[in-house]
Amino acid sequence: MSDQTAQAPEASPASQPKRSMFQSLELDIRLLGMIGAFFVIAAGFHLYTGFSRAGFSLGMFTEGTFLTPRNLFNLSIQTASVAIMATGMVFIIVMRHIDLSVGALLCTTSAVMAMTQTSVLPDMFNLPLGHPMIPWIAIVAGLLAGVIVGSLQGWLIGYQLIPAFIVTLGGFLIWRNVGWFMTDGATIGPLDPTFQLFGGISGTLGEGWSWIIGGLASIAAVFLLFSARRTRVSHDFPVKPIGAEVAIGAIVVAAILGFIAVLNAYEVPERVIERDFADYGCATAENCTASYGLPISVIVLLVVAIVMTVIAQRTRLGRYIFATGGNPDATKLTGVNTRLLTVKIFAIMGVLCAIAAIVASARQTYHTNDIGTLDELRVIAAAVIGGTALAGGIGTIYGAIIGALIMQSLQSGMAMVGVDAPYQNIVVGAVLVLAVWVDIQYRKHTGAK
Amino acid sequence: MAPLVEMKNVSIAFGGVQAVDKCSITLEAGEVVGLLGHNGAGKSTLIKMLSGAYKMDSGEIFIEGEKAVINSPRDSRDYNIETIYQTLALADNLDAASNLFLGRELTTRLGFVDDDRMEAETRKIMARLNPNFKKLKEPVAALSGGQRQSVAIARAVYFNAKILIMDEPTAALGVHETEMVADLIKELKAQGLGIFLISHDTREMMELCDRVAVMKNGKMIGMERVEDVTEDDILSMIILGKNPKAVAA
Repeated sequence: MSDQTAQAPEASPASQPKRSMFQSLELDIRLLGMIGAFFVIAAGFHLYTGFSRAGFSLGMFTEGTFLTPRNLFNLSIQTASVAIMATGMVFIIVMRHIDLSVGALLCTTSAVMAMTQTSVLPDMFNLPLGHPMIPWIAIVAGLLAGVIVGSLQGWLIGYQLIPAFIVTLGGFLIWRNVGWFMTDGATIGPLDPTFQLFGGISGTLGEGWSWIIGGLASIAAVFLLFSARRTRVSHDFPVKPIGAEVAIGAIVVAAILGFIAVLNAYEVPERVIERDFADYGCATAENCTASYGLPISVIVLLVVAIVMTVIAQRTRLGRYIFATGGNPDATKLTGVNTRLLTVKIFAIMGVLCAIAAIVASARQTYHTNDIGTLDELRVIAAAVIGGTALAGGIGTIYGAIIGALIMQSLQSGMAMVGVDAPYQNIVVGAVLVLAVWVDIQYRKHTGAK
Repeated sequence: MAPLVEMKNVSIAFGGVQAVDKCSITLEAGEVVGLLGHNGAGKSTLIKMLSGAYKMDSGEIFIEGEKAVINSPRDSRDYNIETIYQTLALADNLDAASNLFLGRELTTRLGFVDDDRMEAETRKIMARLNPNFKKLKEPVAALSGGQRQSVAIARAVYFNAKILIMDEPTAALGVHETEMVADLIKELKAQGLGIFLISHDTREMMELCDRVAVMKNGKMIGMERVEDVTEDDILSMIILGKNPKAVAA
């Protein structure tokens, strides 16, 4: 193990205690903990559903319904909307603010997009329903609405110094009902077919493209690991043993391809294929099989996650967000305009609400007044379960996404095993409190702040 | 030749309180000027107008004879003024390199922050200032007071400050670390920097400074060369608010 440390200049045997294989991976314990929690939850529900169908036998493992391609597919598209917003909530909470208006803002932006595509463009601009430009114009309108509302709230918080709690609590009431007002309380739909592709089951890549995306992602991941190592070597920094790097690369690639394999294993039901077999590349309905593969909404989430992670770790904007969370006065004294920074993070949150609104309304194929209800709490809970500290300065994008996944797994799992709705909410609430308690204990134990 | 810094009749009030009342002070290159006084005497406030943290109500600042306009920390920095604050202006959750370069990050050609290059530069300067400094990847919250102070000082040194403001740089440090900072002050002075030093430790000030200025209740009581006064003279200026030499003259 340690004989592989030859490339690490500072890792001379004398100065460095012998490290175990596990330590040399330098893995993020918190990340492992969250992934572990997810698997415990998933395995628990899987065994429970298996047990109730097959009794205490091997069937427990094979008959379970949680860890099936179908359920995991559904889980991923159900998580997308909340996870997209949770990435933005990380920035907000890191900067010691809060946003209680995200669910309501999702409703307003969703209403803007729904009205644009079903009423404004067809009636006022004479674009016939189904015109290819309609979904895109609607999306631009929704994103604009998100930026404007987010910036307005950010300005009130950053420049007028009204606490974020109050501004967004007001926003919570205002934007839900602005959405109501725009649609006269009516359900708007069906939404444009192209627009609906962003929602989930009706918008997936199919088997071939899913593998291509998975392959590209794997290559990109390996390349990033490799180039990071090369830069560190070129600066003479200590690096991990090469074996550890290879192990991490292998785990990452296996995770990416495994995820794609699972989604590809979810086959389109025969009666769906029979209806439009030509769409699935078959001449006849006989012997025609097809897989759903990667949902577009999940790709949207992944793109958001990558962009937000790059902002957090590789841009000045992100550096200042975290610096302000750690010490607002110090950051101001180094010449950073923390007021404008506040406007920016709320503007980003507004855009993410709009993107989440695309995914959420497309998934249910129409806009309703109650879309996104209680999402503010799910989003905050996802960020907090994912390790974002309410005291500010600490949080990760991937943590928030896994947090959202854990929340959604609990909720879907409980629905699957038939837990009554009130109990579901009791459990989710308790898990939130428990997660924060565990986090505090973890920080205390490791001495991290 | 014009002094490196000249603050002329500078005043600032907070609400009804005249925190600094028509104070004047000068600083030459290669000189250490100490600011003494009780808590609330206005030392930090005076100096914060130079560092851009506060905007003065009236008065003028000249840097190398040119009238300077300092409305923000950024302006002050453009005049090569660096400040090391009493409360160590560090973001505890970030590592040493991120703190050193906070607000002036090195970037790649694509405009992304270049953490590796910043870490390399930080290693270089830390090897000079504090060879024991090893915790480059950890948040500065995990560092000792002296290590944190060396990050703050490294920030000033790295960016080639001409004028350095140190607001109680040794307040949170142990004996050994205090000596280290004292040595550093002497070295920077030898390099031709002008340094404003704020401290409560009169003896330390007598040792490090060329001149001392004493403030009380926002007013400048006196400014003397250290060899012309005794520690008792300074103490009586601090406590009584009178310059014994001026009275005697």
